[in-house]
Amino acid sequence: MSKIVALVPLLPLLGFLINGLLRKQLSKTAAGIIGSGTVLGAFIISLLLFIDVRNGKTGVVELFPFISFDTVKIPFAFLVDQLTAIYLLIITGVGFLIHVYSTAYMHDEEAPHFARYFAYLNLFVFSMLLLVLGANYVIMFIGWEGVGLCSYLLIGYWFKNPQYNNAAKKAFVMNRIGDLGFLLAVFWLLAKLSTVTYGEVFSAESVKALSKTDITIITLLFFVAATGKSAQIPLYTWLPDAMAGPTPVSALIHAATMVTAGIYLVARTNILFSMAETTQHIIAWVGVATALLAATIAVKQNDIKKVLAYSTVSQLGYMFLALGMGAYTAAVFHVMTHAFFKALLFLGSGSVIHAMGGEQDIRKMGGLGKHMKITYFTFLIGCLAIAGVPLFSGFFSKDAILLSAYEHNKIIWGIALLVAALTTFYMFRLLFLTFKGSFRGTEEQHHHLHESPRAMTLPLIVLAILSIIGGYISVPEVFIAGGDQLGEFLAPIIPLHTHAITHAEEYALMGGTTLLVAIVIVFAWSKYKTYKEETNGALGNLLENKWYVDELYNTIIVKPINWLAGFTDTVLERSGIDAIVNGVGKAVQYGSRQLRLLQSGQVGSYVLLMIAGMVLLFVLQFFLKK
Amino acid sequence: MPVNYYIFVALALFSIGVVGVLTRRNAIIVFMCIEIMLNAVNLLLVAFSKMHAAAYAAAAPGTVSGTGIDGQLFVFFIMVVAAAEVSVGLAIIVMMYRNIHSVDINFLNRLKH
Amino acid sequence: MGVTQILFWVLTVLALGSALMVVTSRNPVYSVLYLIICFFAISGHYILMNAQFLAVVNVIVYAGAIMVLFLFVIMLMNLNASVEPQKNKWLKLAGAIAGGCLLLVLVAAFKDADNTLKQTMVQTKDGEIGLIQNLGMALFKDYVVPFEISSVLFLSAMVGAVVIGKKE
Repeated sequence: MSKIVALVPLLPLLGFLINGLLRKQLSKTAAGIIGSGTVLGAFIISLLLFIDVRNGKTGVVELFPFISFDTVKIPFAFLVDQLTAIYLLIITGVGFLIHVYSTAYMHDEEAPHFARYFAYLNLFVFSMLLLVLGANYVIMFIGWEGVGLCSYLLIGYWFKNPQYNNAAKKAFVMNRIGDLGFLLAVFWLLAKLSTVTYGEVFSAESVKALSKTDITIITLLFFVAATGKSAQIPLYTWLPDAMAGPTPVSALIHAATMVTAGIYLVARTNILFSMAETTQHIIAWVGVATALLAATIAVKQNDIKKVLAYSTVSQLGYMFLALGMGAYTAAVFHVMTHAFFKALLFLGSGSVIHAMGGEQDIRKMGGLGKHMKITYFTFLIGCLAIAGVPLFSGFFSKDAILLSAYEHNKIIWGIALLVAALTTFYMFRLLFLTFKGSFRGTEEQHHHLHESPRAMTLPLIVLAILSIIGGYISVPEVFIAGGDQLGEFLAPIIPLHTHAITHAEEYALMGGTTLLVAIVIVFAWSKYKTYKEETNGALGNLLENKWYVDELYNTIIVKPINWLAGFTDTVLERSGIDAIVNGVGKAVQYGSRQLRLLQSGQVGSYVLLMIAGMVLLFVLQFFLKK
Repeated sequence: MPVNYYIFVALALFSIGVVGVLTRRNAIIVFMCIEIMLNAVNLLLVAFSKMHAAAYAAAAPGTVSGTGIDGQLFVFFIMVVAAAEVSVGLAIIVMMYRNIHSVDINFLNRLKH
Repeated sequence: MGVTQILFWVLTVLALGSALMVVTSRNPVYSVLYLIICFFAISGHYILMNAQFLAVVNVIVYAGAIMVLFLFVIMLMNLNASVEPQKNKWLKLAGAIAGGCLLLVLVAAFKDADNTLKQTMVQTKDGEIGLIQNLGMALFKDYVVPFEISSVLFLSAMVGAVVIGKKE
């Protein structure tokens, strides 16, 4: 591993600096080229690194000593191994496609703001790369915080709208709660082991030095951090609100990369997680609950991006479900396939929004398939992938997860199956309502409909192809022996795990899932091929209002905190501390006013005081000094 | 006479001088009371000088020596200084009278500013 | 009681009484006159202690020159009892009490002094050291520098008095 690794994050950082500092001077073309070019450069180097790792050359590259005190040494070092290599490819590859897409999507912005957008995007890529490249938890944390910051900056990109700013703040605050968990875990590790470097933390001696309680608490704290970053219960409500940002941002940050940071964290720490059954139970149940909750909400959403947002939360729940059952490889696999088809879906929705001139309500769309063939076709592929239709990438990754679920806990498996059905249902509802049927928008919008420019459709096509072929890196044993390339690739980091299921059972599972998916697609087709105005029943209202979770948080958390803040302000601050501080000032003023009267200017009184003082001194000298 | 009699006399004279300074408003009277105080001190010094001489004479009778002469010399110098001080002080008082036509010390409260 | 003792007490009463009259007299001219009497009494004390030179100098310088100066200034300003300003009654009381306290404290402090010290006698009547030739010897042999400097002091006092008293 040579120092070339340092170039991978450095190029986007350079792009950030150039676009950020020179944003008033650069033209839109220049900004776009710099922004995308740096990520392309990072992608090429990532490819080279991947080839090296494939040939077995992993390693740590230390750049400079960062923190060191006492026996603790935390160098600024990069670790390139199999897990990192995969993530590098995903981040830079999908990132590059989204950068190219953005040059067309953000075309209407003014030049300085255009450059600002690309600067933030590059900064995000830099932070995310730092996160996955770090050789110890502290470097990961730097990246962790960096992506949170960029998420805030990009969600609030159109900063003139106060609602968007609120959404950005909400995202940042919830992320921060997770960050606290991360920090506590790092401190705990430092206290117990005096090191945070991965190699040393996962070594046999360190693991022996940690007690059961230690491991449970550390893993729980890391999981809290993951819930914040990857939007699980209870810290998920920021992600749907984050759709206030531009669509490519939603695609990159809230579908493909940032939200998968939590998965990366758990996968990286899998040695510790495998030893903490309590935490794993919690993770599995939280994951499956989140998946179910988000899926139910998505069924009744009418904003195209909100459906996709809840879909993301749901799929992340799937990934955590896998992690909770020890199927780390399956989770990483799903991260990869999800990155492809979710980015595709988001970019496709961006294309639709662009064509509709900003309209996002699917009740006002319809029949767009005739006008936007490429978008429609790629969107369809994305839907098939997410539903888990065989031959598409989603099928393989989802099946791996369902298999682990079936092995561990039948109840969880049942719920996961239900979620798969719901996923298929709402995704195809979205597809049919948007692209099929008759157009329900205004005449003006109808006139405007057109296919998106090449810069937008090309990434869509590339992602669609990846959504199809991406799954073949991990084909289950039942089809091809030795087909689990991904599993073998990640074996040095995540110990291989063989399934205890017979081939017959596995075939039955796969067949059953596929049948379920097919039935649901047909059902959705019959329901939504022609649009009908829907009125909601009681359950429908509940779902459409997101189970009133935001309102719940508002009442039990936000209002008390606001009350406490108000209380501290008026009572403690104004009447208490301010009164004391001002009181001291007033007392000094009063005292000095009174003392000033002593200076009467009358010499006589001065002499009198002098004599009095002398008498006092004599008394002290002669009589009190014993 | 035992020396403590002289000490009491000097103390009494000194306190009378102090009372005078504090009580009177006429600047000239105040000045005179200061002179009383100076004289009390002079008296005390002379008494002490004689006390030392007597002690020496009692210890070594028949010899002549100059112990205790310093006290009287010091009194001499005090009188010198008192004379100089009085001349300057009275000049100031005269000038004060010329400006405000009164010698009331309560009018002299310029130190207040 | 020997003659010395009677003389001592008489002179003491004279000195204290005239000093009190200085402080309490309303007419400033009377105050000056009482002060002159006080000075004479103190000179008497000096003679009693055989400090001849000092007694004479006291009369000449203090009673003769300084008091005359005071009288001149008082007559220049035409002060008499009618224009005499009076202090606030309470301040007068406070002043008297302060002075009284001072006396009490000092006396009490002295009372605790060593008894042998207290009984030391003052050499009255006789003694060589009050004589003018001894004083002169000591003055011009050991203390000649302060003596010369005192002449400079007089010079500066004269200059100061003239400068201050000048009419602009």
